[in-house]
Amino acid sequence: MQSKKERVKIGRERLQRIIEMCKAVEERGLDPFLVDVDEIIKVVREFFPDWEQPEDLCLDAEAINRLASVIKLQSEWVKHRSTTLYTDPFLLEEKIKSLDKEAIVEAFLGAWHPIVELEQISLHSLKEALLYWENLPPLKDRWKEFPSPEEAGGVASPEELLRLKILRDKAFTEELENFWNELKREVAEKGENGKIRYWDFIGAETYEETVYRAFLTSFLVTYGYATLEVYPLEDEIFIKPFEKQQRRTAKKQLVSLPIAITREEWEKWKERVKAK
Amino acid sequence: MSKRKAIYASKIKRAVHMLFYRRHAKPGVKGWELRKTLGADYPKVLSILDEYLKPLDLQVKMVFEEEKPHSEKPTPEELDKARFYITLRGDLAPKEAKMIGWRIDDLAGLAITIAYIISKKGKAPRKEVEELLREKLPGWKASLNIDRYIRYGYLSQDENEQLYLDWRTRAEVDQKALIELLLSK
Repeated sequence: MQSKKERVKIGRERLQRIIEMCKAVEERGLDPFLVDVDEIIKVVREFFPDWEQPEDLCLDAEAINRLASVIKLQSEWVKHRSTTLYTDPFLLEEKIKSLDKEAIVEAFLGAWHPIVELEQISLHSLKEALLYWENLPPLKDRWKEFPSPEEAGGVASPEELLRLKILRDKAFTEELENFWNELKREVAEKGENGKIRYWDFIGAETYEETVYRAFLTSFLVTYGYATLEVYPLEDEIFIKPFEKQQRRTAKKQLVSLPIAITREEWEKWKERVKAK
Repeated sequence: MSKRKAIYASKIKRAVHMLFYRRHAKPGVKGWELRKTLGADYPKVLSILDEYLKPLDLQVKMVFEEEKPHSEKPTPEELDKARFYITLRGDLAPKEAKMIGWRIDDLAGLAITIAYIISKKGKAPRKEVEELLREKLPGWKASLNIDRYIRYGYLSQDENEQLYLDWRTRAEVDQKALIELLLSK
C-alpha cells in the first residue's frame, strides 16, 4: 500500500511529465495526436483528490492548460487537413526531391507576384531638402554649443586599465563564461525555479565589485547566456541562466532594460543581507 | 468631369503615391493610414485603382493580419489592420526573375522552403528545411539562404529554431497555386 506522501510524489512526477510532453509538442511542432488526451485526463483526475498544497493545485492547472493548448493544436491540424492547402508533407518532399531546379522555379514563378515599390526623388522633396540645407547652420556654429572637454584625453596603458579594473587579467569571453558558470552554481544553490534575484547575484562586498558584476551580467543577457524576468508590480528582477547559449532570432524584438546600480541601492541590499 | 469623378481621380492619385513609394521600413500601407488620408471610402478607391492597374499587369493586394477565408467579407476593423501592397498580377518568366536580382538556385530554394513550410502547417524546424535544401545546394549555402529569406521577410524564426512564413510570403505568394503547380509537375 502506498503512503499518501509517496502517492503525492508520484502524482507530481506524472503531472510534470505531462506538462513536459505537451510543451515539447507545442514548441517543437510535433504531431499533436501523439498526445493521448483521454489517458492524460484520467491521470489528472486520478491524482486530483490528493492535492492539498497550492503548488500542487497550480501544477494541476498548468497540466490542464498545456493539454488545452495541445487540443487546440489538434483542432487546427484537423482544420488544416480539411482545407485545399493540405498536402501530405512526404508526398511533397518526394516531389521536390525529384524535380530539377528549373521545374521548381517555373512552378514558383506561376505563384509568385512580387511587390512593386519605387524609390525616387521628387521636385517637392528636392525643394524641401534645399530649404533644410539653407536653414542648417554650419558645423562650426553648431559645434560651438558643446563645451570642449576640460581635460585632454590621454592614452591609457593596459597596466593602467588593469589597475582601474576596467580590463581584467583574463580574456573577456573566458571571464564571461566563468561568470555564467557561477550564475548557474548560485541558482542551483540559492535560487528557486531556476532563477535568482538580480541583486542577490550581482551584489558583492564592495560597491565597485557590484558595478563590475552588473556590467558582466548585462553581457550575459545580451549574448544569450541568461535572461531577465521583471515583475514591475512586485518591483523584483530575477536572472535566469540558460543551459545553452541562446541564438538571437529575427522574430524577437530586443528590449533594453536600464537598471540603476546606485550606491544607495547597494547599501540597502547590504543591509537586507545582514538582516537575514 | 463631374465633381464626384474629380474627387475620386484625386484620391486615386494619392493612393498611388502611398502604395508605390515606400513610406516605412516595410513596404505597403496599413488600412487605417489609407482611411486617414483617403477617407472612409478607401476600399472603393482601391478597387477603382485595381481596375486601372489591370492592363499594366499589376494589382492592389490586401493581406490580413491573420489568414482569412476568401468567402468572408472583411469587417472595417480587419480592413484597418490589413496591409495593402501593389504586386504583379500575372507571372514572371524565368529570364525576368533573373533580371530582378534572383539567382535560379536561390529562387528554387525559396520555393522549396515555402512549399515545405506550407505542407507542415505553416511551421517547420530549420534543421529539416536545411536538410531538404542540402539535397540540391551546398551545405553552407543552405543555411545562408535561409538567413537571407528571413532578412527579406519571406520567413521568420522563433527561439526554438522553428521557421514560419512571414509577411512577404503572405503578400507575394499564392500558396495554394504553388502547391498545385509543384504537384502537377
